[in-house]
Amino acid sequence: MNFHALLDFGPLQQEFGTIMKAFWGTIRLALVTGVGSMIFGTVLAAMRVSPTPVLRAAGALYVYIFRNTPLTLILLFCSLGLSDTLHLQISDEPGTNGFWLAAIGMTIYTASFVCESLRAGINTVPIGQAEAARSIGLTFSQSLRLVVLPQAFRAVVAPLGSVYIAMIKNTTIALAAGYFEASAQMKQMFDTYGGTIPIFVGFAVGFMVLTLPTGFFFGWLSKRLAVAR
Amino acid sequence: MTMTDTQDAPARRPTKNKPSVLFDAPGPRARLRNNILTLVAAVVLLVVAYLLIARLSQQHQFEGKLWEPFTRKIVWTRQILPGLGGTLKAAGVAAVFALLMGVIFGLGRLSEHKWISVPSGAVVEFFRAIPLLIMIFFAQAGPPAIMDSFGRVLPPVSGFLALVIGLTLYNGSVLAEIFRSGINSIPKGQSEAGYSIGMRRSGVMLRILVPQAITAMMPAVISQLVVLLKDTALGYIIAYPDLLSAGLRVIPGNFGNIIPSAIVIAVIYIIINILLGLVATWLEKRSRRSRKSSARTLTGGTGLPPAVGMGSAAPTI
Repeated sequence: MNFHALLDFGPLQQEFGTIMKAFWGTIRLALVTGVGSMIFGTVLAAMRVSPTPVLRAAGALYVYIFRNTPLTLILLFCSLGLSDTLHLQISDEPGTNGFWLAAIGMTIYTASFVCESLRAGINTVPIGQAEAARSIGLTFSQSLRLVVLPQAFRAVVAPLGSVYIAMIKNTTIALAAGYFEASAQMKQMFDTYGGTIPIFVGFAVGFMVLTLPTGFFFGWLSKRLAVAR
Repeated sequence: MTMTDTQDAPARRPTKNKPSVLFDAPGPRARLRNNILTLVAAVVLLVVAYLLIARLSQQHQFEGKLWEPFTRKIVWTRQILPGLGGTLKAAGVAAVFALLMGVIFGLGRLSEHKWISVPSGAVVEFFRAIPLLIMIFFAQAGPPAIMDSFGRVLPPVSGFLALVIGLTLYNGSVLAEIFRSGINSIPKGQSEAGYSIGMRRSGVMLRILVPQAITAMMPAVISQLVVLLKDTALGYIIAYPDLLSAGLRVIPGNFGNIIPSAIVIAVIYIIINILLGLVATWLEKRSRRSRKSSARTLTGGTGLPPAVGMGSAAPTI
């Protein structure tokens, strides 16, 4: 009988520095993916609502492909396909290279969800709003800038928050692409110390520290910005 | 996370001569501009496609010997189909348990007794806030380590079991939230009417709220099952023989064709998910038409419960 091991938080203390470094890897990847997928997702959403059928079709095709492919497959494709087979080198340093490959894979995947949230946000704006804007003589850019987008962005905050929370949790899958972040560190500690409850709880709390405030922030923002309609 | 494409009601779609929120019906000048834009866009997209294909062919990815394995029957019967079977088996078992967990915890959270609703809520929020992968790791490494401290030896947890446990806990808690919002989406008058004719709380729940909520939340449930199916791909990481392992570990191990193989496997995943998505859309249309339920239909988009802290601020998308 060795009850001591059940509640032994020792490993977490011993490796505190490494764990923090691993979580920093998670945060770094999440930040880069967040910015990248926001930019790329906005471009895709613009394509999907454009008056050009070709762009609309291309945007829709992209979303259909990448939203329905498992992230694990995309990340593996980035590391095994892009890097090892096609010899795509972003940096000579293997660590940096791995980081950017994971960030590319995460961005490709997340952008399709960002695009769908933004598009759905644009669709929440009643058509009467745009018609009213046109009827008082606003130009296209004015009606977009002053009437449609301000309302669309507000409707988008909450779904976008959900997308970003899922993205933070998805960074764990980057270990399939060989990127070292928190879940890889947890796996390593499981291999060394065994899968004890304290280690699991430690990492779970670590992730909750990242996801819960993100949720509260977006929730607060969306309530603050909500359009009374 | 999957959101079904339910937003494009035909009237909203910017078709050629119809106005949309963003664009008025085009006049002659706008039509000319749109045509030019179409041309430019087509050229740009073709250039991008050309660059991709050129890069692939420069690295000899279009050689017949890399694609030829997929014309062999044995590759399908020995690797891809068993892999697909593994994926569907894990997804099926996990879906059953996740639905069960969803019902129990969803109803638990709605309970009037604090000692039931608070723990149910805590469990649901905990499992929704942490990544699925670390649950799977813990499901695999946890039980042997815990039994070890009781002086018992437990054989290692199989990949299948770990995957199913992880998928159940995560998707079960998401489904619990879907059930809860489904029940909450029913107008208050329905339960009040039930109480006023003398029904008990359990009767109101079982005979009035649940039947109506099921219709309303079906599309969201199917959307979540698509997510579950997609998440079985995590089995690759813990070496469970699923479709992804077959396509990215076994087949390239034999033929050295990682890129063609990844493309074929991705297409299989996409087809399955789109089929499931179509079921969700069909169910949604049906329940929108139906007058049997007074609840607003939860789509993949609206039905997905907001994350912690998002409150009820989920917009009507």
